[in-house]
Amino acid sequence: MTFILENLLTIILFFPILTALLICLLPGQQKGLIRWVAFIFSFIPFLFSLVLWFNFDKTQTGFQFTQQVVWYPPIHSSYHVGVDGISLTMVLLTTLLIPLTILTSFNIKDRVKTYMVLFFLLQFGMLGVFLSLDLLLFFVFWEFGLVPMYFLINQWGSETGEREVWKGIKVPSRIYASFKFMIYTMAGSLGLLLAIQMIGAITGTFDIPELFIRWNSVQELPFNISTSTVKALAFWAFVIAFAIKVPVWPFHTWLPDAHTEAPTAGSMILAGVLLKLGAYGFIRLVLPLYPEQSNAYAGWLALFAVLSIIFGALAAFGQKDFKRLVAYSSVNHMGFVVLGIAAAAHAVGTQDATIALNGAVLQMFNHGLSAAGMFFLVGVIYERTHTRNLDEMGGLFPLIPVYGGILIFTSMASLGLPGLNGFVSEFMVVRGSWPIFTVYTALAMIGLLFTGAYILKGIAKVLHGPLNTHWIGHLTEINAREAFVIAPLMVLMLSIGVWPAWIVDVINRAVEMVF
Amino acid sequence: MQFPVLSLIIFTPIITALLLLLLPENKKTEVRVISLAAATVALLSSIWVYFSYDINQAGYQLIEKYSWLPAMGISYHVGIDGMSAPLILLTGIVMFTGVLISWGVDDRPREFFAFLFILATGVFGVFASLDLFMLFFFYEIAVFPMYLLIAIWGWKVTREYAAMKLTLYLFIGSVIALVGALAMYFTSGLGTFNMLELENAGFSTAFQKLWFPFVFMGFAVLGGIFPFHNWSPDGHVAAPTAVSMFHAGVLMKLGAFAALRVGIMLLPEGAKFWMPYVILLTLVNVVYGAYIASVQTDFKYVIGFSSVSHMGLVVMGFATLNNNGMLGAGVQMFSHGVMTALFFAVVGMIYDQTHTREIAKLGGMRKVMPLVTLAFIIGGLVSMGMPLFSGFIAEFPIFMGLWTSYPWVAIVAAISIVITASYIIRIIGRVFFGELPQEFSDHLHDVSILDKIAIGFMSFILILLGVYPQIMVPLVQTGVNNVLRLLGGA
Repeated sequence: MTFILENLLTIILFFPILTALLICLLPGQQKGLIRWVAFIFSFIPFLFSLVLWFNFDKTQTGFQFTQQVVWYPPIHSSYHVGVDGISLTMVLLTTLLIPLTILTSFNIKDRVKTYMVLFFLLQFGMLGVFLSLDLLLFFVFWEFGLVPMYFLINQWGSETGEREVWKGIKVPSRIYASFKFMIYTMAGSLGLLLAIQMIGAITGTFDIPELFIRWNSVQELPFNISTSTVKALAFWAFVIAFAIKVPVWPFHTWLPDAHTEAPTAGSMILAGVLLKLGAYGFIRLVLPLYPEQSNAYAGWLALFAVLSIIFGALAAFGQKDFKRLVAYSSVNHMGFVVLGIAAAAHAVGTQDATIALNGAVLQMFNHGLSAAGMFFLVGVIYERTHTRNLDEMGGLFPLIPVYGGILIFTSMASLGLPGLNGFVSEFMVVRGSWPIFTVYTALAMIGLLFTGAYILKGIAKVLHGPLNTHWIGHLTEINAREAFVIAPLMVLMLSIGVWPAWIVDVINRAVEMVF
Repeated sequence: MQFPVLSLIIFTPIITALLLLLLPENKKTEVRVISLAAATVALLSSIWVYFSYDINQAGYQLIEKYSWLPAMGISYHVGIDGMSAPLILLTGIVMFTGVLISWGVDDRPREFFAFLFILATGVFGVFASLDLFMLFFFYEIAVFPMYLLIAIWGWKVTREYAAMKLTLYLFIGSVIALVGALAMYFTSGLGTFNMLELENAGFSTAFQKLWFPFVFMGFAVLGGIFPFHNWSPDGHVAAPTAVSMFHAGVLMKLGAFAALRVGIMLLPEGAKFWMPYVILLTLVNVVYGAYIASVQTDFKYVIGFSSVSHMGLVVMGFATLNNNGMLGAGVQMFSHGVMTALFFAVVGMIYDQTHTREIAKLGGMRKVMPLVTLAFIIGGLVSMGMPLFSGFIAEFPIFMGLWTSYPWVAIVAAISIVITASYIIRIIGRVFFGELPQEFSDHLHDVSILDKIAIGFMSFILILLGVYPQIMVPLVQTGVNNVLRLLGGA
């Protein structure tokens, strides 16, 4: 047991790799076997992260379960992992969602083995970002996660649809979307890469806790430019990389394409966890490494956040494609995360800032649950109707009442109905940022109105209105496997909505330390 | 007296080559088996050399020295340091996999393998030489069989042109370098070609500034430095698969390595003076090479130009003249060698079956050759500097070195990463995924088990180095320390 506790993070991080290797050894034709092995083994990191959750000392600040091993000494980078309340929450979210997405993927029939291996590689990349306490290692995982996601969209994405790329040349949508996703994100991380290299070259370390001290005390730079200019440039390099991932308006255009074209499980992970990587980058790196710049530019960040909220909601409202509607809703909801972070950056150390940042982290977790749930439900209906066009649905509630109930429940959580999780976190963000950015917060709340509008539009178009008689006899109710996927998400949504303290306590300690 | 393992490595290939030439022409299977056995010996002993190098002791090790022409101060003097040990291993790997992949060569395999092995002797010799004369001696041995290999077994359309172009370029380069080397020999007044002594010859700064460009650029031609790079894509494309692997994988390293060993290490003051200019040339290599690669329509030309881009990074790393940059360059030589050998192996496997390299005509290869697809993807990820693959381990320190010396160069060079990513992704999508063209669907088949072993082995090395850099980095670090010592602890 002590061995497990001492190496807990390493076990959680590398277990997906072991699973992937194991699956590689299984015969490719045995699809059922591969699915079940993947499903059962994907639970083990979740169990370990529960162990982590209950052994985590909530009263203590700072990183816990840390481990440091030599990795790349000449450039002073090491394998250094550790968790605080923020990353712990994200690890729990990731390990929880993976088994559910694997279960969702039971309907994949083409190259199951490769698919599952890619999924575990993806999990490895995401967990690595959350666990890293070394800037280089952070970047390693940050980039690595792109590769499996690219192939998941590129190979298992939706099979219909074409996009015109250049003067009449058309490519399948999923190729277009995956390429855009990859190049957009890689180009975004280029600035991050350069800034990381520069920081490493100047300070001579990549260790994140060490950098918090050294980088902030840098006075002299080996360039003929003032320290503040260089820091401001590096700050924007970080911000743009993370803003693309979140995504913040106007860097969001890759998202609707990628989310819409990805296979259901891919969309769940993309919205559920991958977007959180960007927000996590803001909290873990940007705020502590650039306190002055964050403070100075927080107003801009808040403005972009508000625009994300409003435009995301308006764009979602305008969609005819159910999956695209949900995709734009991510832009809308992640805007609140960024608003909370911006507010916290602007009013460092105040009570309001702490509340706003707490709200932002909780919103990350909540959006992970509700976005994954929504994409899953879109996938369920798509699998039966083979259309995502809202106009072709309508009045389905009598045919599939259980599904309808679940959809309404999840949509309400997404909308922020009191009693469900979304309300708690959005309220905290708004409460925290109101005294700091009053006008922006007020605008964001108007944005919430549109949130309500597009969510109700989605429900109305699918479930209510005149029944499209075409579907009578074709539509089957949600099955046991699917119910098993959505049930844990619903339980969590309700439990956070009713009694948020269990998770906020864990987050709060870490948030206080960020400043 | 320790076992002369370096001599074993250097002379195994050439002795095998002579042996092969003595066999009757029709014994093709015997030829292949003997070649494979010799390549295995070379690989195993190069692995042994690599791991027997004592990092704590550093310096030159496994030294062997015999007088060869005492009157002129020439001796057969070999030894390895942290810079050359990985390259010896690289050559062993490329030789072994090259033989595996050339199993199907049916046109005069006896001569083919014999020339390939003479080439290997030259390459091993250059990496191990500690004597300036010997270095040139082996260098020419390496260049000469290349001409025959390309002109006889190459791609019928351009082989004479490419072979001629390559050989002339390289000979001119080496002659210019030789002039510089002779200048060193006569000016030093030591009457020796021993590089360990020449290192301490104390050439005047004016002398170093005058002769550095000759020596450095003469060798850097083989490293593919702009504007003398354009022999290389033509040569790569025209050469048969195993030769392309050798050519891009090892031979270009020969140029970069000799430029380091003779140029930077013997003329450090000259290096300090000229490097700001050299780095501009390499910047063109890196960015322009990547751009040219991205607009090619021939699969093999894409890889050819990508080598120009990546070798630019090697020389760029050397040109920073600081610890991180050189460390990265040392690792990049190994990483790029394995990666590009893997690339050319894959291109060869596809071309052998489809007889076309037009990207637009290919497609859906994953359906017939899944492992080849995986190997190409791994090579592609290395190429675009994806973390957890060896390319990242190599390129990251190079960029850190640039940040210390030339920050704006780092920013401009970084553009190449995105360009590389875009063309690699495009190729993966076009060639390996999508629909298999009708004309191929009936006669394509998966590659042989030998091919699979070769590409699997190379892919494994690329991942191993990416995940666990400790396996190579401390070794290269000792070599870099030695260079830095000569540069005056810069």
